[in-house]
Amino acid sequence: MSLAEKYPKEVKQILAKYPPEHKRSAVMPLLYLAQRESGFVDRHAMQEIATLTGITETEVASLIGFYTLYHDKPEGKLRIQICTDLPCALRGADQFLQELCEALSIEPGGTTPDGLVTVEAVMCLAACDKAPMFQTQGPQGIQYHENMTVEKTIEIVDALKKANKAVKK
Amino acid sequence: MTHILLRHREIPDIHTLDVYRKHAGFAALEKAVKTMEPAAVTEVVKNSGLRGRGGAGFPTGMKWAFMDKDSWPHYVVANADESEPGTFKDREIIENNPFQFLEGVAIASYAVGAEAAYIYLRGEFWQVAAFLDAKIAEMEKAGYLGEELFGTKYALRIYTHLGAGAYICGEETALLESLEGKRGQPRVRPPFPPSFGLYGKPTVVNNVETLTNVPLILEKGADWYKSLGTADSAGVKVFSLSGRVRKPGNYELPFGTTFRQLIYEHGGGILEGRPVKAIMPAGASSSLIVVDDKALDTPMDYASVRTLGADLGSASVIVIDDTVSIDWIINKTIHFFKHESCGKCTPCREGNYWMLHLTERIHNGQGGTEEVDLLFNVAKQMQNKCLCALGEFATMAVVTGIERFPQDFGKAARK
Repeated sequence: MSLAEKYPKEVKQILAKYPPEHKRSAVMPLLYLAQRESGFVDRHAMQEIATLTGITETEVASLIGFYTLYHDKPEGKLRIQICTDLPCALRGADQFLQELCEALSIEPGGTTPDGLVTVEAVMCLAACDKAPMFQTQGPQGIQYHENMTVEKTIEIVDALKKANKAVKK
Repeated sequence: MTHILLRHREIPDIHTLDVYRKHAGFAALEKAVKTMEPAAVTEVVKNSGLRGRGGAGFPTGMKWAFMDKDSWPHYVVANADESEPGTFKDREIIENNPFQFLEGVAIASYAVGAEAAYIYLRGEFWQVAAFLDAKIAEMEKAGYLGEELFGTKYALRIYTHLGAGAYICGEETALLESLEGKRGQPRVRPPFPPSFGLYGKPTVVNNVETLTNVPLILEKGADWYKSLGTADSAGVKVFSLSGRVRKPGNYELPFGTTFRQLIYEHGGGILEGRPVKAIMPAGASSSLIVVDDKALDTPMDYASVRTLGADLGSASVIVIDDTVSIDWIINKTIHFFKHESCGKCTPCREGNYWMLHLTERIHNGQGGTEEVDLLFNVAKQMQNKCLCALGEFATMAVVTGIERFPQDFGKAARK
């Protein structure tokens, strides 16, 4: 199903934000819309966004490559993105990343075998006073989790696993 | 001292329209739109001495006055891309005192004749943007945005726009490219945004904190604002304090507060009572300040911090104690800048690549004095050659780290 069919209201709202002669500006919000459900932008969506904004598919793809929050392939349903930049690292973020990965038996950047959770180190998230912290990127959009511990993080992961099982049943 | 920007600390419900209105909310906007010429609004801001809070410290009123009057439409863009490691002030302002920020955007728009303003938020501020959208809708409903504001002919709409994870979009021309739906790569300047900005039209780009100052400046006057702070740096600043301190967080203080007051009185001192070794006053882009009593007693204003061989920038104060080695610090900062270099200009793209290689080797104890010399050399070669400030920023900690903390770069030699 196309974006325009699936999210008619949202597409209209996004396009209305920008002057009609500059609809290219809508490309970034449309990319967010396209990956809302599956976590990544597929070829069909790229083509449709190119048509909607009057640019080429290559130009759309170049944006996905340039900006780190867009993805063109599926990964874990929930991405745990831990800031390990200088201020967070001064407050134990590197150690937190290591310990969380050990607890989940994956390497940094890896995904759990059930495909649910990807853990990765990311650049500064502007919450330096609340380290260790991470954001989760998933179907609920992006959420911040601050002053975290491995235990609290595992609780989030377990809740996700439970919810996922419930859906499968 | 009562807060001017972080007013939610005294008035917790200031994020609601009713409470904001009760505290003179939108009075400044109404006064401006109904009774003042746009140029007069700019004049007040000019006289207040307000300077850009995003890092560059450029006089705000002067920027507004630069807008090309022969080219229309005009735009205002609020920079909420806050991505500098060590900076976390704009999110607190938007989440807790949103209407004062939005009123600032509206007053700036009126002053430069813009009928559309965009707020560019970093993509990670997804929830912040949704919150702001709701606040904008409330303002529209209450008649503070939209057509015929306060019964005049002036109309204004404010829109949010999310980035998607790119530090470079905090650079104003890269931000404008991104807002136009392109990769966020800086433009060659001049021309500057006030003559050639969004969609090639005159545009003012101001930081969130800068704009949030504006309503109270208009309400209480330029002289009131100038009476706060120091002669060269008027007003108050939100200092983002992070690193090895007991109480990291945002502290709104007048310019001229000393590092010692910030770190010890407000920040509760250093973890485990250790001594401060170095300070980075402007986030990861900073020069490293060697800390002694003189440095600690230096007032934090633009001119005084310069006497320590650093810039105050966005006042994102990262505190480093004696447990930390500076070779690790620059390894961290270069890791960041290498990742965030947009790739458009060669010195930054290649320079950061090589600096990362070298800092990795040095930090892992594989590099001797030759590597340290080479690293210093690469950083020096990058200076004054990059298209935008990112490349320049990347070299600051490297050059000053090696120059000022040579004892921290002898790992391989000591083996």
